[in-house]
Amino acid sequence: MMQAATVTVFMPLAGALLLAGVRRMVWAGWLNVLVCTATFAAALVLAFEVAQLGVVTGKGSLRVDAFNVYLLVLTAFVGMTTSIFSRPYMQYVCTTGRTSERGLRLYHVMFQAFMFTMVLALATDNLGVLWVAVEGATLATVLLVSLYRTPEAIEAAWKYFILCGVGIALALFGTVLLYFAAQHVIADPAAGLSWSTLHDLAPQLQPSIMSLAFVFLLIGYGTKVGLVPLHQWLPDAHSEGPTPMSAVLSGLLLNVALYAVVRLKMLVDGSLAGTGSAQLAGYLLMGFGLLSFLVAGLFLHRQRDIKRMFSYSSIEHMGLMTFAFGLGGPLATFGALLHMLVHSLTKSAIFVTVGHAAHIAGTQSIDHIRGLIRTQPAVGWGLLIGVVAIAGFPPFGVFTSEFLLLTATMQSQPWFTVALLAGLVVAFAGLFRHLHPMVYGPAPEGQQPVRANMVPVMVHLGLVLWLGIAIPAFLARWLDRATGLITGMHLL
Amino acid sequence: MSLEHLPLLQQLMVVLAAMALFTSFVLLEQARLVAAIHAFAWQGVLVAMVTAIVAASSAHAHLFFSAALTLGLKGVLIPWMLHRLVRRLELDRHSEPLRRPALVTMAALALVIFSYWLVLPIVQQELIFTRNIVAVSLAVVLVGLLMMVIRTQAVAQVLGFMSMENGLFLAAVSATGGMPLMVELGVAFDVLVAMVLFGVFFFQIRASIDSLDVDRMNRLTERVDEP
Repeated sequence: MMQAATVTVFMPLAGALLLAGVRRMVWAGWLNVLVCTATFAAALVLAFEVAQLGVVTGKGSLRVDAFNVYLLVLTAFVGMTTSIFSRPYMQYVCTTGRTSERGLRLYHVMFQAFMFTMVLALATDNLGVLWVAVEGATLATVLLVSLYRTPEAIEAAWKYFILCGVGIALALFGTVLLYFAAQHVIADPAAGLSWSTLHDLAPQLQPSIMSLAFVFLLIGYGTKVGLVPLHQWLPDAHSEGPTPMSAVLSGLLLNVALYAVVRLKMLVDGSLAGTGSAQLAGYLLMGFGLLSFLVAGLFLHRQRDIKRMFSYSSIEHMGLMTFAFGLGGPLATFGALLHMLVHSLTKSAIFVTVGHAAHIAGTQSIDHIRGLIRTQPAVGWGLLIGVVAIAGFPPFGVFTSEFLLLTATMQSQPWFTVALLAGLVVAFAGLFRHLHPMVYGPAPEGQQPVRANMVPVMVHLGLVLWLGIAIPAFLARWLDRATGLITGMHLL
Repeated sequence: MSLEHLPLLQQLMVVLAAMALFTSFVLLEQARLVAAIHAFAWQGVLVAMVTAIVAASSAHAHLFFSAALTLGLKGVLIPWMLHRLVRRLELDRHSEPLRRPALVTMAALALVIFSYWLVLPIVQQELIFTRNIVAVSLAVVLVGLLMMVIRTQAVAQVLGFMSMENGLFLAAVSATGGMPLMVELGVAFDVLVAMVLFGVFFFQIRASIDSLDVDRMNRLTERVDEP
């Protein structure tokens, strides 16, 4: 029964090694799709096992429960659709001369290496391995950010490397402190970083050390989540890297970093329960989350690069989720988990569409992308519907999750609802003032449609629509079990 | 328990850790890159020596392996790689004095005091003999961070990054007797890959802006008056 977990985690690693040896780039693209599909299939089998058994453990301290299995399936799914999109896209980029055959090979290898670090970070029970995997994700993607070798791309990559490197170094210090606290209650030093062991013993962990550790861990993993004021790398890395990278960075990496923060919050909450500052971790998350949410919403207005704009929208949504996890309680947590799901699906669909739009217009500058619906209706409508979904309009899933979050806020901290609503309106205005001229209006002379593969976009947006109209019962139960794990209370 | 009541071996360990912190200050103030790389190598050696002494005076036998790993990676391999890169980039004679040395030194001192204050809850846990070093290691981390902030030269920033890693390793050794072996190997692997990538980036940056002064990379900012 333990094979599915191992296969899910190590399939991308095998894929990366295989792809390093493939010289024919046409095959490499297909092989990339194949490996991602196999990973997704394994993740589905794993989800089935978890549904039956509750918790699945595997070799190398893998441990999958209801919380991380849903993120594993989501990660494998977005990875698969992105690989389907990127196969023709990267070949097109190669023909335009922005990158070489070697660059393309690097891209395929690093894509799989990145997927490996993501699934490893999600599936591992060991907090040290989690750290290694999240740092590995930076290392795998940093060369891809600078793939086009423009001065902007290199600047973005360097900033990404340095900022995330420093952030993640502070997270390692937090991990060391955590291990120190664990050593006083756990006899076996090898088990001192095992999340499940620590979670069982959390009430015995020294509260003063745990809160100090959490501050370091939040700064560290929060840099990766893109929390303001540690977000500086995010818009640059998203806008200058190849579009498939933007899709997976926004759809997967931010989620995984937030997942790490939530796991650690569970430990700290267990340790601080009963002391004077039981809500410390929650308040920290709420503060950082709300700040990111509001600041990113304002920054949306002054963007001139389409990918930069959507990366600020990612910061905004990550801020909202962080706030909701900080708020705690079953309703807010359920909403945040659902929001993670729909945000990933919608945002990766948007980035894929934006990639096509930028090819049509030949630029990423918002001022020069015009008349998309006239030139190529599929891309224009795709972008329009994607933005409508991400802005939180019914009947899309983002509306459902945001509605749940607002209700939860209304119940426990009513005054924050005002700030949240204001932030949502500001972000909505920021997105639409830029969107309107891009999709409507006359197309510039000589603008030609490009070969676009809109199937991944349609599948993603279709799923988001489905989640908005009716969350299937099995998924609701699934999220509810994850909510039960995180908060100890069930919603359904 | 005050320092002079510790056994000699442990006193030696504290002295070595303090010297590692001292090399952090040397790194921070050193204008010439080659000399800074040497200071970094010494720091790696000192951290490895502290690790070996902890291994000798405690039950953590696997720390001998960690000590060897640190010596190989931080004391020899990474300094050698940096040295080669600096020669290939023809930066041997490059020197870049600090703009406000007094202010920077004061800031670094403040960080050391801050570290001592921050780790008070750990020091109060009178369980392990290495607790004196935890503050030193946090100070090494923070001074490395300061170095990355004030230096604008790419190689110097990488040195700051690597000395942060040294501090982290020292913290792991002194506070907990080393992380589990799997984690330690993973961290070492990440550091090595990071070093290789830094090398790649030095060449990319130089090809892009014809210099390694990363302050000149300023195309991506939030400006209102952009055309």
